[in-house]
Amino acid sequence: MLDAAVSLAYVVAAGLFVLALKWLSAPATARHGVLAGEIGMFLAIIGTLLRTHVASYQWIVVGVVLGSAIGTPMGLFMPMTAVPQRTALSHAFGALAAALVGTGEYYLQAPRVGTFTMTALAVEVLLGSLTFTGSLMAFGKLQGLLPGRPITYRGQNVMNLSLLAAAVALAALVVARPGLTMLFPLIVALALVFGVLLVIPIGGADMPTVISLLNSYAGLSAAAMGFVLSNDLLIIAGALDGSSGFILSMIMCRAMNRSFSNVLFGAFGRVKEGPAAAAPEKPVRSATPEEAASILAAARSVIVVPGYGMAVAQAQHQVRELYDAITRRGVDVKFAIHPVAGRMPGHMNVLLAEADIPYDRLLGLEDANPALAEADVALVVGANDITNPAARHDRTSPIYGMPILDVDRAGVVMVIKRSMRPGFAGIENELYYLDKTLMLFGDAKAFVAEITKELAEGGRVPAPAARPEPAAARR
Amino acid sequence: MPAGLMTGLYVFMLATFLGFEVIRRVSPLLHTPLMSLTNAISAIAVIGSLVMAGEQRTGLSTLLGTLAVTASMTNVVGGFLITDRMLRMFKRK
Repeated sequence: MLDAAVSLAYVVAAGLFVLALKWLSAPATARHGVLAGEIGMFLAIIGTLLRTHVASYQWIVVGVVLGSAIGTPMGLFMPMTAVPQRTALSHAFGALAAALVGTGEYYLQAPRVGTFTMTALAVEVLLGSLTFTGSLMAFGKLQGLLPGRPITYRGQNVMNLSLLAAAVALAALVVARPGLTMLFPLIVALALVFGVLLVIPIGGADMPTVISLLNSYAGLSAAAMGFVLSNDLLIIAGALDGSSGFILSMIMCRAMNRSFSNVLFGAFGRVKEGPAAAAPEKPVRSATPEEAASILAAARSVIVVPGYGMAVAQAQHQVRELYDAITRRGVDVKFAIHPVAGRMPGHMNVLLAEADIPYDRLLGLEDANPALAEADVALVVGANDITNPAARHDRTSPIYGMPILDVDRAGVVMVIKRSMRPGFAGIENELYYLDKTLMLFGDAKAFVAEITKELAEGGRVPAPAARPEPAAARR
Repeated sequence: MPAGLMTGLYVFMLATFLGFEVIRRVSPLLHTPLMSLTNAISAIAVIGSLVMAGEQRTGLSTLLGTLAVTASMTNVVGGFLITDRMLRMFKRK
């Protein structure tokens, strides 16, 4: 009777998880999705506790209390700028749980483990372990504990692949002979090392893809746990997580015009020598906050293009104040968001939402480009490679073919940037040398605040008389 | 091949396709909350951890189970809380 009720609770939970994701498709229903997920989780946990022959609750209580004590502050107080780090860390925790349960289950059952169960166990522990350390490395890079630049050395790919091959071969051996319990720790160790080596050569700008891929692995390891424990709810939840991570990594790869293997084994950041040498001679035009303010005030439509630089400078609230100031003058302001802007999928959207910018002002890549062609001003705040026109026409450029935001098609382009230093990919951005481009040198937060100040002091920035022409901008 | 395994494979395949169809429709606007919500949902691994920590069949399994309960409860609690916090911020004008 109880068994049937618990099985039913699992079915309901699985349905609620699917509904949770379905409701997440639109902002209006998204919060119902969270509630559905919470109810599903609650049902599953209560059902499990009722059915299990619990010897004593002492260790369960310890784990639940500890986990909640770590999770609550992470959920309630983590600043939105730290969301990529938190996400990497949560992938690490999820994968760790799968690896630990897999290891425990193996030692409970060995040497009498069926071939199928053993295969699932091996997949669970391999994926769990490598995702655990890989996610920790991603966390370290995002948090600034490790250098964000790719760490590369000669023979890296050969080394990584042979390590993985060794781990898989040993796992296959244990699947054939589950009694070889001494080999098991070695498999775990190899997978842990592989996770570290897999992520250290990957640079900051590739983090959106890597985080999505780790998300997918964490989900698949949970699904593998479902096979080990013959639990369909685990299989479903793991499959949903796995396919979500997979879809996101595909979207990220497409947004960079790259393949999975290129992201994982390409060490993009190494491309640096080349056209950069000719750069210093070309003139650029710069402008003061006051000049920028008068151009913005005279525009009819402005599109702001945020990038990782905005997140680093934590400038989203200043951007919001600027948005208010320009909007008040009757200018139409929108935001153009590239899928790989920032360090994880959707990073910019969350930051702008945090700063109270209405989400109907945010444009994705497809809607943004027609809008940019019509806009009077494009204001780039801390974005670089995703605005480089070389991606459209320069076949020799490493980013050739990558879909970009066509900011160069706006009437005037203003770029807030610390210096002329190239972005992550180490590529010169020809946008900065266009006649219509004005460089606004300075810290994003301070510069945006100064423009807002100029606009607020109304008298100094004249009301719009005519549309700005690129030629009107002073050198 | 055991029957339970076949059912498991069917369930996995169907859930993967379902996941693809449902998640493809999620607006890029909400990709960050999507990732934190799916992460919280896959923390359903907590039920495997609870069984292991509760049954206490060996010292090792109890230890590993307790650690796994801690890790997955962190995701359950933190994941749902932060997803809801993020979604609360998305406002129309």
